[in-house]
Amino acid sequence: MPREPLPISTRLETLSVLTADGQLDRALEPAVPHADLRRLYKTMLAARRLDERCLMLQRQGRMGTYGPSKGQEAASLGVAYALERDDWFVPTFRELAGLLWRGWPMHTWMLYWGGHEAGNAVPPGLNDLPICVPIASQCQYGMGIAWGCKLRGGGRVCVAFCGDGGTSEGDFHEALNFAGVYNLPLVMVVQNNHWAISIPRSCQTRAATIAQKAVAYGIDGLQVDGNDLLAVIAATREAVDKARTGGGPTLIEAVTYRLSMHTTADDPKKYRTDAEVREWEPRDPLPRFRAYLQKKKLLDAKIEQVIEEEITAELEAAVRQYEQQTVDATEFLRHVFAEPTPELRAQLAELEAHLAARRPARPPAPVS
Amino acid sequence: MALLTMVKALNLALAEAMRADPNVLVLGQDVGQDEGVFRVTEGLLQEFGPNRCIDTPLAEAAILGAGIGLGFTGFRPVCELQFDGFSFQAFHQTENHVRRFRSRTRGRYTCPLVIRMPYGGGIRAIEHHSEAPEATYAHLAGLKVVIPSGPRNARALLRAAIYDPDPVIFFEPKAVYRSFREEVPDEPETLPIGKGVVARPGRDVTLITYGAMLRVTLEAAEELKDGHGIDAEVLDLLSVAPLDGELINASVRRTGRAVVVHEAPRHCGVGAEIVARIVEDSLVYLEAPVKRVTGYDAIIPYFQNELTYLPDPARVVRATLETVRF
Repeated sequence: MPREPLPISTRLETLSVLTADGQLDRALEPAVPHADLRRLYKTMLAARRLDERCLMLQRQGRMGTYGPSKGQEAASLGVAYALERDDWFVPTFRELAGLLWRGWPMHTWMLYWGGHEAGNAVPPGLNDLPICVPIASQCQYGMGIAWGCKLRGGGRVCVAFCGDGGTSEGDFHEALNFAGVYNLPLVMVVQNNHWAISIPRSCQTRAATIAQKAVAYGIDGLQVDGNDLLAVIAATREAVDKARTGGGPTLIEAVTYRLSMHTTADDPKKYRTDAEVREWEPRDPLPRFRAYLQKKKLLDAKIEQVIEEEITAELEAAVRQYEQQTVDATEFLRHVFAEPTPELRAQLAELEAHLAARRPARPPAPVS
Repeated sequence: MALLTMVKALNLALAEAMRADPNVLVLGQDVGQDEGVFRVTEGLLQEFGPNRCIDTPLAEAAILGAGIGLGFTGFRPVCELQFDGFSFQAFHQTENHVRRFRSRTRGRYTCPLVIRMPYGGGIRAIEHHSEAPEATYAHLAGLKVVIPSGPRNARALLRAAIYDPDPVIFFEPKAVYRSFREEVPDEPETLPIGKGVVARPGRDVTLITYGAMLRVTLEAAEELKDGHGIDAEVLDLLSVAPLDGELINASVRRTGRAVVVHEAPRHCGVGAEIVARIVEDSLVYLEAPVKRVTGYDAIIPYFQNELTYLPDPARVVRATLETVRF
């Protein structure tokens, strides 16, 4: 037998709708009502302002280590916009804008990074999972949720996120492999922000793109300009519609850039050049989307001022609510099991006695 | 009543639960067409179809991850890992998610999974097929760890595990799978998780054990009776997390002496926790130091030498005699 090309489809595409300077490809422009476009802009801006505030709070010792979403707002917001309310949303930890769109309150986000389990409080009526820290591990339960959606029927889909670093983890591979085998309604979104703390994208994989990894799982892969909100919406809609109608999983590589640090615990100057960051700044999703709205006459100075004022007020209220959050010192012992074991009851009593003996309570320790 | 091996009794428990509740699913590698490497899932694919008895690709972490997600959508997954030695391939899912979701979401999301796996040594298996990692799991808050010792309690405990609202690591002693049969009632039975039983009442010394070591310990108790006139009480813990401290201390307070027997290594083993509970609660009742008869703090040898590693009745008898003659 001769050597022949294998009959494997490797058609892979990259999608962008808006150029960096806001030029629109009208043929690809997704249909989004004008009111939604304004709300999307407000959410993106709110995410940016909240992100900046969290960074400031951390620097002031009023919040714990913080992982900013700056520059990546479009990648999660566009995905969230393309979902139905009762679809499942499985974040990692840079999906701030998407979570705000889904209805997560600003102060809940602050509570998570401020060291309160209340930061995991899923708003009522949402099928969302809280932040997930162990890299790519959430791909696995995202896959399981998609499986449950399929077995239950009813057309629900699950979107799970991870980063470019996460694609090196076994969990990413295993989850996509299962999703392919069982043709699950999973949309796996990789926010390729080019940096996994100090390790550049080029050191994560020899593959030219992350989207092409889909080929090995026998599923569809699509690369999208993750800083282009319209492209993310269009790509996600396509993947979600396909998943909803039994077409199976999609891997979406959202190409974006982490404009800020990994977390407040590292200094990016140690591993990447300012020149690289400057190169990406013009592709920032926020001014791009703003320019698009201005061209559409959906934003003017007056509307922008109103939006800024509304966000400022919401943010101030959220900071107040965050800082007023109290700590229930014994709550952690009451949620280990549905029914506490005798040992947990005894330890709870022990802790309560200890706390009673040391009153008056010490002021809370400052957060590092 | 039917006379069943542990394999058949476990199979019965799975089939009963799947018949009673359409949300109960079984998933794992080779659980369907092959009916499980030990045949615990025999007939389930045929009766319940491929959406409820699910053959998966080979990826332990994904089997548990899928179980977590299926649990979030209302299913009660029973995940099978093929051997205890491979459970570490999925350990991060167990540690990071299975045991934590209830706590970190204050009950909004829970993981009512059962993670079943063949456990322990004694069947001349190859490397990585003979481990006894119960202490590793018992140390993780949020997990329940159950180890049956015979067909009847295996069936009752698996039923309890499936209906438990929290994750249960269910260790099935390989050495017991087919070693004997037991009468198992026709009606479904449940045993409470976290409660042990007195397997053999006695007055002189308390022998505390679980899993495959129950038979070894009972044999030792007979030898102690026949050869030395010592009347040993044998406790079968059935769960190592939660641990039935009440049962242990009540017995030790009566006998004043205790020996712990398990096949897992000694250092930080379940025996250490048992001894600590006795010392904390019943020190003044003790007539002698508590002894431990365990596996050694070494990698379990390949099977040509595994019986040297595993506690046998002679070791239990010698330790008990030392305790009684102290």
